[in-house]
Amino acid sequence: MTKFTFSEKKDTRSGFGEGLLEAGRKNPNVVGLCADLTGSLKMGDFQGEFPERFFQTGIAEANMMGLAAGMTVGGKIPFTGTFANFSTGRVYDQIRQSIAYSEKNVKVCASHAGLTLGEDGATHQILEDIGMMKMLPNFTVVVPCDFNQTRLATMAIAEHEGPVYLRFGRPKWPIFTDPNDSFEIGKAHKLIDGNDVTIFATGHMVWLAIEAEAILAEKGISAEVINIHTIKPLDIKAILESTRKTGAVVVAEEHQRFGGLGESIATELAVHSPTPMEFVAVNDHFGESGKPEELLSKYGLSKEAIVEKCEMVIQRK
Amino acid sequence: MSQPDYEKLQKLATQIRRDIVRMVHGAASGHPGGSLGCTEYFVALYFHILDRKDTFNMDGKGEDIFFLSNGHISPVWYATLARAGYFEVSELATFRKLNTRLQGHPATEEGLPGIRVASGSLGQGLSVAVGASRAKKLNQDDHLVYVLMGDGEQQEGQVWEAAMFAAHNKVDNLIATIDYNGQQIDGPVDEVMSLGDLRAKWQAFGWEVLESNGNDLKDLIDTLEKAKSMTGQGKPVLNLMRTDMGYGVDFMVGTHKWHGIAPNDEELEKALSQLEETLGDY
Repeated sequence: MTKFTFSEKKDTRSGFGEGLLEAGRKNPNVVGLCADLTGSLKMGDFQGEFPERFFQTGIAEANMMGLAAGMTVGGKIPFTGTFANFSTGRVYDQIRQSIAYSEKNVKVCASHAGLTLGEDGATHQILEDIGMMKMLPNFTVVVPCDFNQTRLATMAIAEHEGPVYLRFGRPKWPIFTDPNDSFEIGKAHKLIDGNDVTIFATGHMVWLAIEAEAILAEKGISAEVINIHTIKPLDIKAILESTRKTGAVVVAEEHQRFGGLGESIATELAVHSPTPMEFVAVNDHFGESGKPEELLSKYGLSKEAIVEKCEMVIQRK
Repeated sequence: MSQPDYEKLQKLATQIRRDIVRMVHGAASGHPGGSLGCTEYFVALYFHILDRKDTFNMDGKGEDIFFLSNGHISPVWYATLARAGYFEVSELATFRKLNTRLQGHPATEEGLPGIRVASGSLGQGLSVAVGASRAKKLNQDDHLVYVLMGDGEQQEGQVWEAAMFAAHNKVDNLIATIDYNGQQIDGPVDEVMSLGDLRAKWQAFGWEVLESNGNDLKDLIDTLEKAKSMTGQGKPVLNLMRTDMGYGVDFMVGTHKWHGIAPNDEELEKALSQLEETLGDY
């Protein structure tokens, strides 16, 4: 398998911005809405090219979700943009009733998710959004891992009929996937083959899982790394296949342990194939101010933490 | 637009009121008060005002469309939709029962013709209607969007977010109506959380505001016609519609007590004795 390296870092939100522009060029029904964070969400190019299809809603996220739901009635495909915190918890009931239960084709696009938002601190570092969104019937939840994949995911969700939550982030992050990769919602990407333990990772943590694999290899441990870019629907087939081969699982995500990807995988494994598991996630805490790397390290989301959890889970086989 | 046939409209209103009390009685739950108070509005809308297609299309292209924000008055909407031919009136008997398409609050999941978005959790319908109005503009569809809200619902902040957006963006293909009956579940609106000068508030938000008597078909239709004539001029239009909660059934009128409870057998008989069966019960 390819060894993953990177020569450039870029923020995943910029991948969203490019993907939205391309989706807009491809389909005239794509419209954008943003609650006073156009620059942060990188929606400026879309706004510039399609001013009549871009809606500035002001700092009024609840209204933005309702507007988006209403626009689908005329056949539009609305992409809402704001920070992940304001895309989910702040407007959960609006999303639940007007979008999820009403089966509306809205794409809720959320930047600045997780600890890597950094210095702004815990008010903005949402770590509960995956849980909230995966619990909603009818919703698809997508968490791409780098700039290229976020661009591809953005274009893919425009083609998908139904409500989608797309989660991405703020920091510049290694670009290690191929810009010409295929992206299929609900289809996991195996990045590295291994035999001793499987690391299922999502979002920014996929790169750290790749780095952890290299450290584990030096220690003589063969880790399989799988990128779960779609939290829901989960690629159960890929998860069971790898788990039955390695017999040990570590899940890495920039999210609370409760309600995250780890919980989804644990539920499936409990039913189909009980397997020792460890979790690299935030453990029932809020975040705080700091640099992204400092925060990931403090809250146990580093590559070293992944290595440690892999060694622990192998002991439990 | 043809002249309204008031005799026909009045017969519809009376029959729909019978439907409402029978549905709520049959389900032993529901919200009769607001439904009865808004009956003339629904009759005026579906049988005179709306330029609508006979069959339901979710996208609503090429026709006027309506959203109900205060979804708890679903009985009057369901009865109106059935009487307008979107589905069989016999289905009204399933209201709020297991496996029904007539959910306690309106929903799309069961595919009931006429419903485009779920409502019930208050404050969301105006946003949805404004979004649908924008989509009509993008589609170069010159039909109108209508939405009904409650007065207690004006306490929800999202209503004012939507009001601000609509005025700022000159959403002028939208006619909103507030059912101004002065009652909410816990009591008179003025006691629970007074709304102040509602007309002045909406005007201050940049809307054209008309006032109507929502239990007088002629006054209501005249007002809605006037509202239509004011569309396309750069401002959203609001119809501040005074109604009596429970109108048409003497012991239900003007009190919040019948906001969300069902009549018993005796009360049903008493109510029906005041409402002539004009078009045949379901």
